[in-house]
Amino acid sequence: MIDRDRGIAFTFDGRTYEGYPGDTLASALLAQGVHLMGRSFKYHRPRGVMAAGVEEPNALVGVGTGGRFEPNTRATDLFIYEGLKAVSQNRWPSLGLDIGAANSLIARFIPAGFYYKTFIGPPWLWKIYEHVIRQAAGLGAAPNAAEADAFEHRAAFCDVLVVGSGPAGLAAALAASEAGARVILAEQDIRLGGALLRDPATLDGLSALDWIAEAEARLKTLGARILTRTTAMGYYDHNQLTLIERRVEAGQTPGPGGLAQRLWRVRAGKVVIAAGASERPVLFSNNDRPGVMLAQAARSYRRRFGVLPGRRAIIATNNDDAYRTALDLAEAGAEIVAILDSRPLADSPICQAARAKFRAHLDARLVAALGSKRVNGATAVVAGRTISVEGDLIAVSGGFTPLVHLHMQAGGALDWNDAGGAFTPGAGRQGQISAGAAARREGLSEVLADGARAGGEAASALGFRSGTAREAPIAATAFDAPHHTLARFETAPGVNLKTAFVDTQNDVTAADIDLAWREGYRSVEHLKRYTTLGMATDQGKSSNILGLARLAAAEGRTVPEVGLTTFRPPFTPVTLGALAGEATGADMAPLRRTPLFSVHAALSPPWQPVGYWQRPRAYPRPGESLAAAGLREALCVRQSVGMTDISTLGKFEIVGPDAAAFLARICATPVAKLAVGRGRYTFMLREDGMVVDDGTLWRLDEHRYLLTSSTGGADRMPALLSYVRHILDPGLKVAFASVQERWGAVAVAGPGAAAVVRSLGLEPPAHMGLTRGSVDAGQVLVLAASYSGERAFEIYAPAHELTDLWRRLDTAITSEGGTTYGLEALELLRIEKGHIETGAEIDGRRTPGDLDLQRMLRGKGGYVGAPALARPALTDPQRLRFVGLEAVSGAPIPEGAMLLTKAAGRPHGHVTSAGLRLDGSGAGIALSLLKAGPERLGETLIAASPSRGRNVLVRVVSPVFHDPEGTRYRE
Amino acid sequence: MFLIACPHCGPRSQAEFVYERAEEAVAYPDGTPQETLAALYTRANPRDFAWELWRHAYGCRGWIRMRRHRTTHEIAEIEAVGARL
Repeated sequence: MIDRDRGIAFTFDGRTYEGYPGDTLASALLAQGVHLMGRSFKYHRPRGVMAAGVEEPNALVGVGTGGRFEPNTRATDLFIYEGLKAVSQNRWPSLGLDIGAANSLIARFIPAGFYYKTFIGPPWLWKIYEHVIRQAAGLGAAPNAAEADAFEHRAAFCDVLVVGSGPAGLAAALAASEAGARVILAEQDIRLGGALLRDPATLDGLSALDWIAEAEARLKTLGARILTRTTAMGYYDHNQLTLIERRVEAGQTPGPGGLAQRLWRVRAGKVVIAAGASERPVLFSNNDRPGVMLAQAARSYRRRFGVLPGRRAIIATNNDDAYRTALDLAEAGAEIVAILDSRPLADSPICQAARAKFRAHLDARLVAALGSKRVNGATAVVAGRTISVEGDLIAVSGGFTPLVHLHMQAGGALDWNDAGGAFTPGAGRQGQISAGAAARREGLSEVLADGARAGGEAASALGFRSGTAREAPIAATAFDAPHHTLARFETAPGVNLKTAFVDTQNDVTAADIDLAWREGYRSVEHLKRYTTLGMATDQGKSSNILGLARLAAAEGRTVPEVGLTTFRPPFTPVTLGALAGEATGADMAPLRRTPLFSVHAALSPPWQPVGYWQRPRAYPRPGESLAAAGLREALCVRQSVGMTDISTLGKFEIVGPDAAAFLARICATPVAKLAVGRGRYTFMLREDGMVVDDGTLWRLDEHRYLLTSSTGGADRMPALLSYVRHILDPGLKVAFASVQERWGAVAVAGPGAAAVVRSLGLEPPAHMGLTRGSVDAGQVLVLAASYSGERAFEIYAPAHELTDLWRRLDTAITSEGGTTYGLEALELLRIEKGHIETGAEIDGRRTPGDLDLQRMLRGKGGYVGAPALARPALTDPQRLRFVGLEAVSGAPIPEGAMLLTKAAGRPHGHVTSAGLRLDGSGAGIALSLLKAGPERLGETLIAASPSRGRNVLVRVVSPVFHDPEGTRYRE
Repeated sequence: MFLIACPHCGPRSQAEFVYERAEEAVAYPDGTPQETLAALYTRANPRDFAWELWRHAYGCRGWIRMRRHRTTHEIAEIEAVGARL
């Protein structure tokens, strides 16, 4: 399985090594005699490889450079490529000589709950700790450059999704495919086979590798989609799963097309979970030393990767499976120093075969590993007697944990197998069927049969002809039998609990678990958070059960009584880029363009994103600042005339004999008496009585209205209209449509606005009136409404004709000495006029009374939100209410500032919109929400903005600074 | 993400739909304040099936009633609003 014809050069901590295609970083380094691969999280203890797959907690490396750097990559789950650059983590100055390892000596000062305890202590103490901890603790380094590669999302459907391509997964995929089901097979490794790559077997008369190749070919013929290097990350509602397909390894440059990873969202009819089982480590002193390895992993390295992980092996087990490792390593030339079996009795054929060859002890348990950067022996107790053995590899097997993650994410239940010390999948809630080792099936024939059964069941449950379901493959392998695990979780006498690691990745020891229990942490959820057990990047794949069992033993309860923490996605860590997919940069959100977008863009104005729209902030002249341009444009509107694109406003046409009754539900203001050809200001409430949006309502004809809303409200309003139409009053004879993009609109404002309108051959309507007309044969609608406080008109034209209208207006306005204006001027004008705005003053927590709109409410009610307004709390005068502010010194008032009095206490309110007077003084003014605001006119407050470092003395005034009588827009 | 069988469009991803509210949370504008506040704030939320209102906002835009389990998310019944009229 390793191609020895071609070498691959890579570097680890700057040193160049050679590996071969098919090698993981771990196997390539082990082949070069490198066992020390990292330093641990808290104590900087030397760590090597423990596993051969994704459950690896120790051998974590940083891979790649720049935008392709990926920290905390498992060396056992990283297939080497030419030019791979990997660095070890948590070491200084070097992996071999680590000063932080001094932490090992002070380990007793960083027990469970250390952080919580320092938080409780005096704050100055934490400041000292923090400095030290930030230097020493933490996993890997974060990348410091933007993601360099592309990621994509793809959706897929299938009848049966098979997760895992070991013997059970392949048998399931074959059975389902042969029955006619559409199958997707996802395998996280680079090749199919799972456990078949580790243990020799003959299937249907073929060698395991030939049989896998044949199965793969057959599946492809049947139309199955086979995804290798693809991990099932999460199982969500209604049988949807996400898969992450790695197109390149971590840190590797993608080929043409540039795709690094693909996230699949698969909707499946049934899901066969053949994810296998994880072997568990064993608790003894220094069980984290390089050279302590899981027994199955040792076999993987030997057979799949051609690396002998040790020459003198000590095997410690509580089951038959580790005897396979003994036989296998011996076959490759290693010496089996001792087999330490914790069971009192072990007489299955494999045990007898091993006992004939090796020294095997029953009732034997490890006490300590010897050696520091590499094990050189171990001590054990055998039937109460302590023995000492030499060896450079300790292959351990503490039993097997079925990978029930997906089963649990899908809402499944668990059963407990006491002898095996394992949770096994119970009843499912969705379409999940666990098979093989994931369902605690053991022995190759049993696993194959279970896979075939699961695949056939999945297909027949979906209606595929079950009669033709494929027979399970016939396997021939040595010792084809269950493992006979007898789990014993308690540590042997003499074990130093402070170096017996339960969770090696987070450096949680057996002593930490015991301490947490003594300090009263009884719930597994509390234990987890207090000790950080299982909270590292491996999410406790190998450690959780050990920790739970220890807690259960302390409690005198069983493991299932203690319970489990939640299995959350993702199964293995996911690069954030894969979750973002294509939605980055300019593709993050759609861009909405007004009909005048290209007209504006030709002037390259500074843009303001408003929802998905881009609107010009101003049209600066060469060399002019944004602020100066906004001020010039606003002054021009006050003094002569200006025009601006208001096409983004929400616009709804409401038609039908019951249109008025319908609008009476929507609008909190009077509707019925509105005459044809007239309009009025209106606002809408949420059901809890809060103002959500405002706009204008125009009666175009007897049974036809035009309702406008804010730009932001344009997306909310259809839901409200639709709710009233279909749920509250389904009997009304009315129809509505959003005409937001049907009509473009330009606002013309200023003392010269009427002249401009007239110059186009249109009749300027009276304030809040409307007229129709045509410009160059194009139909237009002219509404007289003012946001700026000046005489103003909104001219509506079909979107495709708006550019022509804009150019005509531009000519007319220029000849009047006017200007185009953007959002900055629009804001300055409306703030000076004291108009509220959705998003600023209308912030979703304001009643009509808060915003001084009380007198406009329709007395009879009947509108959405009316009943809730009767709540006493909503009429409390102490609520935040709308008022104006002027700076005592005339200085600008910081937007967002808190409003404080000289007395200590909480803020009395805040500045919602800040502007300045356009009367030539340029004095700073603002709109604000202030506790009991209107009752405090004349009071002096401090507008404090710590983020801007500014405090401004302000006076509470009426919010209408400009033309309070409203004479200018009426004319 | 749910798979919702829109009565008009067939099975579609939840991404196309908007959850509007529990059916018992409909507050009528002519109701009393007590009725409104009860509907909005003091509803029971048992671990059981309940009728809900959804909208196929990015599809046919139709309103949908569905009976969904609040913990398992199983959808037991689904129908178009107005179908019974």
